Parts: sequence; structure tokens; C-alpha cells
Amino acid sequence: MSVLVFIETSEGKAKKSSLEALCYAKALGGNVTAIVLGPADAGSLAELGKYGASKILHASDARLEKGIIQVYASVITKAMTDENADVLVLANSSLATPVAAKVAIKAGASFASNVVELPDTSSGFKVKRSIYTGKAFCWQELKNAKKVIAIKKNAAEVKESGGNATVTPYTATLTDADFNTTILSSEKATGEVLLPEAEIVVSGGRGLKGPEHWGILEELAKTLHAATGCSKPVSDMNWRPHHEHVGQTGVKVAPQLYIAIGISGAIQHLAGVNSSKCIVVINKDPEAPFFKAADYGIVGDAFDVVPKLTAAIKASL
Amino acid sequence: MKILVCISHVPDTTSKINFIDNNTKFDTAGVQFIIGPYDDYALARAIELKEAIAGTTVTVLNVGTAETEPTIRKALAIGADDAVRVNAEPADSLFVASQIAEHAKGYDLILMGRESIDYNSGVVHAMVGDLLGLPSVSPVMKLEIDGTKVKMTREIEGGKEQVEANLPLVAGCQEPIAEWKIPNMRGIMSAKTKPLKVVEPISVNSTVTVTKFELPTPKGAVKMIAADAVADLVTKLKNEAKVL
Ligand SMILES: Cc1cc2nc3c(=O)[nH]c(=O)nc-3n(C[C@H](O)[C@H](O)[C@H](O)COP(=O)(O)OP(=O)(O)OC[C@H]3O[C@@H](n4cnc5c(N)ncnc54)[C@H](O)[C@@H]3O)c2cc1C
Ligand SMILES: Nc1ncnc2c1ncn2[C@@H]1O[C@H](COP(=O)(O)O)[C@@H](O)[C@H]1O
Repeated sequence: MSVLVFIETSEGKAKKSSLEALCYAKALGGNVTAIVLGPADAGSLAELGKYGASKILHASDARLEKGIIQVYASVITKAMTDENADVLVLANSSLATPVAAKVAIKAGASFASNVVELPDTSSGFKVKRSIYTGKAFCWQELKNAKKVIAIKKNAAEVKESGGNATVTPYTATLTDADFNTTILSSEKATGEVLLPEAEIVVSGGRGLKGPEHWGILEELAKTLHAATGCSKPVSDMNWRPHHEHVGQTGVKVAPQLYIAIGISGAIQHLAGVNSSKCIVVINKDPEAPFFKAADYGIVGDAFDVVPKLTAAIKASL
Repeated sequence: MKILVCISHVPDTTSKINFIDNNTKFDTAGVQFIIGPYDDYALARAIELKEAIAGTTVTVLNVGTAETEPTIRKALAIGADDAVRVNAEPADSLFVASQIAEHAKGYDLILMGRESIDYNSGVVHAMVGDLLGLPSVSPVMKLEIDGTKVKMTREIEGGKEQVEANLPLVAGCQEPIAEWKIPNMRGIMSAKTKPLKVVEPISVNSTVTVTKFELPTPKGAVKMIAADAVADLVTKLKNEAKVL
């Protein structure tokens, strides 16, 4: 089996979620080729060998710097053909998921997104995917010879398999018609820990009473090297930026640790956090529904508990 | 301008999910069905555009069996002019996208939600774009029409970007593109007589089959820690949960 993995980069470096995709591909068995589009950091490229790629295709064309979905889809479809790949693996993202869907159509492949585990290949090729916003799973058989799999965070563990790979320049054939959208500008939080990728998330709700009180939460997040998140009303009221909104209609997170502060735990919020490994809830109301979904809970006033928690963590480092 | 809004018919966000027939079928007992929340944003933006641009019509489309008609009528009550129901079980993303593509020809703007909240694939818009050779942009937080140009704000991980493309176009919408609209009495009355056309699906080769469903393993009981013993929590996170 030959597997192609699309490696998405952020500031020229492979995203952690893409390393998970690479390790997922490696675990599938067979020969793994990674493809990177646009200018990228040479060191980061070479490292892909350690995570399971035996070959790295790098299309460094500057026109690939911006992620235009149609362009990426065409280039990756062509690479699948060139490499005789049976399977394409990538990590779900707002760029990669639609790219994957288009590749599936162009390549005549079966497609699944939000895949959470390695496939069951005992009879056919079945993948397990998360559905109903994390409230359930389904097993789907991918019937076509070619397959495109978009994996959810934590579907595979990132581990070094010690391999080596050479970086081969890849000349992408770019068609003007594919440049059907123009990205005029982008604003991206830099230097911060990005919410969808974070290992620890510190999230605040309406219980914090106003944007001016986020300092205690940011301090805790900084101490833990965590990303900050929030509930929907908080971003609706512009206390926090929209991309921090967690839940059914926001970002779905799957960190090791999710700390919810002053969030009631409405089912729509829980839908975005139910893939977290461990959930800590701090709420002054012992009846808050979030406690039922938590691993650890503290009943108390956030303004009192959170600074103490930050101090206790600092003391334990 | 002709706008097509594709709506899914999905369990209410508060629904408990269960399966029957040995985990092969979704249990609809006691479940309230709604217009997908993201699709509702798409519909709301379409109605705003209809109000702003003279001569604009809004058609809603759903791929679903007869049970979805109350959901479609709700979309008509919110302000869509007419509706199409493709009479079929929405088997998989490619099947749904192929049905939509079949009917979307001739529309200037095809609006959808960023994702359905049952299968959460987030791909039907991309697939329809591909099948029709049109640009597709998602998730769109802001969409303005300027002649034949569409200016959009798209959410990206940790931020947003400004995107421009020409009509015709497919967009997957999310908040804050518009405020959800609630049907008023007049809307509800007029929805009853608005045209709802039922058409049969085109045949599409199925590429995936759902073999079974599964529920997540239930969480263990929460461990409560006293508010004055936060150090204890830190110890537990380190040694017991092993997440620090
Ligand atoms: C279709 C739909 C989709 C939705 N999608 C989402 C979504 O994606 N994400 C989302 O978050 N919501 C979503 N919602 C909204 C959701 O239903 C809740 O309204 C929302 O999550 C509540 O936010 P909250 O917990 O911050 O506020 P509240 O419900 O007001 O809760 C505040 C909590 O803070 C506690 N508190 C108050 N003061 C303190 C203090 N000093 N210290 C400690 N605790 C304190 C209170 O006890 C309370 O539990 C959606 C709703 C609908 C209808
Ligand atoms: N059965 C359906 N009928 C009409 N539109 C649909 C249907 N299923 C999904 N869609 C549209 O496609 C979008 C993305 O769905 P999905 O790719 O399933 O997450 C939804 O938000 C809807 O706008």
C-alpha cells in the first residue's frame, strides 16, 4: 500500500496535527510519502522522516504560500496519481478538510472526515468517525480502492519511528482556473498557543462577568502554556475573539486537559469539549451541569480559586 | 439574484443520541428535529440579501424523506420563497452533494452551513463546488455582495482571512454572518401555501457504507476538591490523571 500524507504548515513548520496524520499513515503500514505545499522551513521538512515519511515532496512554489482550497486539491490529486497512492491521509482543519473532499471527488476515492482511530481491516476497510458533535461514533466502510481519510485530533500518537527521508522538490502544475478565490489578507494570532492544537485549554464563561476579568484566566493559561477558550455568549458579547468560542457551533477541542471556569456546561458547550482527556470544572454553583461531565470539580468563586490554582501550579513546577 | 440555501434536518442540539436495532439505526424517539444551526445562519443571510437586493429570490433545498417537510416549511416561514425536496435518505456526503449540484445550476449564490451537526463532515459545500466547477469558501463569517464580486471573511485556525471571489459561488456559513431569524405569524401562514416541489434523486454510486454506531464510554464520577485545597488538585492532575 502506498500512502500520501498532506502536511499542513504554520509559519513554515509542520503542524502537530499533521505529524499525527503522518504517524497514522505510518501505522497503516506500507510506504509513506509526505507532501508539503508552499515555502517551508528546511529543518522542519527533514524532520518528517523521523515520524514515518520515507519520501518528502516539497512544492515550494510561492503561489502555494496561501492555502487556496481548489489549488491545493488539484496539486494533491496530481501527486496521488504521480505517487500511485492508494490512500491520502491528512488532519482535519478548515483548510485540509475541504481540500480532502475535493481530492476524493477528483480521484474517485471513498472519503471520511473526523476519523478517530486506525481502521479495522479485518474485512474490508472500516474507519471509526466521530458524529453528532462528539456524542456518538459510527463505523464506515470505505468501499473504493482509493481512500481519503481526514483524521481528528488524537487519532494517532505522535512518535518518532527513527526513519530517514530525503526531500525531493516537487513541481506542481498550477492552473489559473484553480485560483478561483483571492485571499486578500489574514489576521492570525501569532506566538499564542492555538486553540485547536493546544494540549491544555483554559476556558471562561459568563461567570467571569466581563472581559476585564480575563487577566486571572490568562495568567493561569500562561503558567500552563495553555490556549484560552470561551463559551458562546462570551464571544457573542465580544468579551473574547470569535475564534476562541468552544462548542457545538464553535471550535471542537480535544486537549489533554480542559479547565472550565464559570461555564455552566450547557449541552452545546459540552459537545465541543467531550473529546478532552481530562476536564476540570470551577463553578460557584454546585448544581452546575458541567460537574456531571467533569473529572475533577471545585465549587468556589473563580476570582478566589483561579489565582490560588495558578500559584499552586507555579509552586509545583 | 437567485440564491439557493441547502438545509439539513438534524436533531436539536440538546438531543440525547441513542441507537436501536443492535446499534444500526438512529433512535428518533423523543427527538426534536431542526434546521441545522449553521444552515440557519446561511438562511438568515440569504433573507437579508433578499431584503437588500431587489429581485432576489431564495429557494431552500433539502435532501431528505417526507419527515423533513416541517423543517422545510419552517425555512419557508422564515422567508424563503420556495423549496425543493430531493426525496431520498441522505446516504453520504457525495450523494447529498451530487443531488444538490444537480439542482444548483443557474443559481448565483449557493449557501450552506459550515457543517451538518449529525455527520459533521463539513464537506458538502466543497464537494458541490467541485462538481459544479465553482469556488467554494467555508467557514464564512461575513459575506457582502459587490456587483458580481463576493467579499468574505473566513475563519482560519486562530484567526481569520479576507477572501474575494466572483459569483456564482458556494459558501459554508457560520456565525456571526447573520442573526438567526424566528418566523413570525405572517410567515408561518404564508409558508403553508408556498411551493414545495418534490423531486426524485439522481443515481449516485455509493462509496461508503455505515456499518454500525457506537456511543462513547460513560465518564466516571467527578472527584470534588475543596476550594481551599487547590494544591491537591495539582497533585491529582500530575499523578492520577497524568495531564500536567
Ligand atoms: C443552537 C445552539 C448552539 C449553541 N452553541 C454553543 C456553543 O458552541 N458553545 C457554547 O458555549 N454555547 C453554545 N450555545 C449556548 C449554550 O446553550 C449556553 O447558553 C452557553 O454555553 C452558556 O454559557 P456560559 O456557561 O458561559 O453562561 P451561563 O450559562 O450564564 O453560566 C455561567 C456560569 O458561571 C457560574 N458562575 C457565576 N459566577 C461565578 C463565579 N464568580 N465563579 C465561578 N462560577 C461562576 C454560574 O454558576 C454559571 O454556571 C448554543 C445554544 C444554541 C441554542
Ligand atoms: N440532506 C441535506 N440536504 C440539504 N443540504 C444538506 C444536507 N446535508 C448537508 N447539507 C448542507 O451541507 C452543509 C455541510 O454538511 P456536511 O458536509 O454534512 O457537514 C450543511 O450545513 C448543509 O447546508
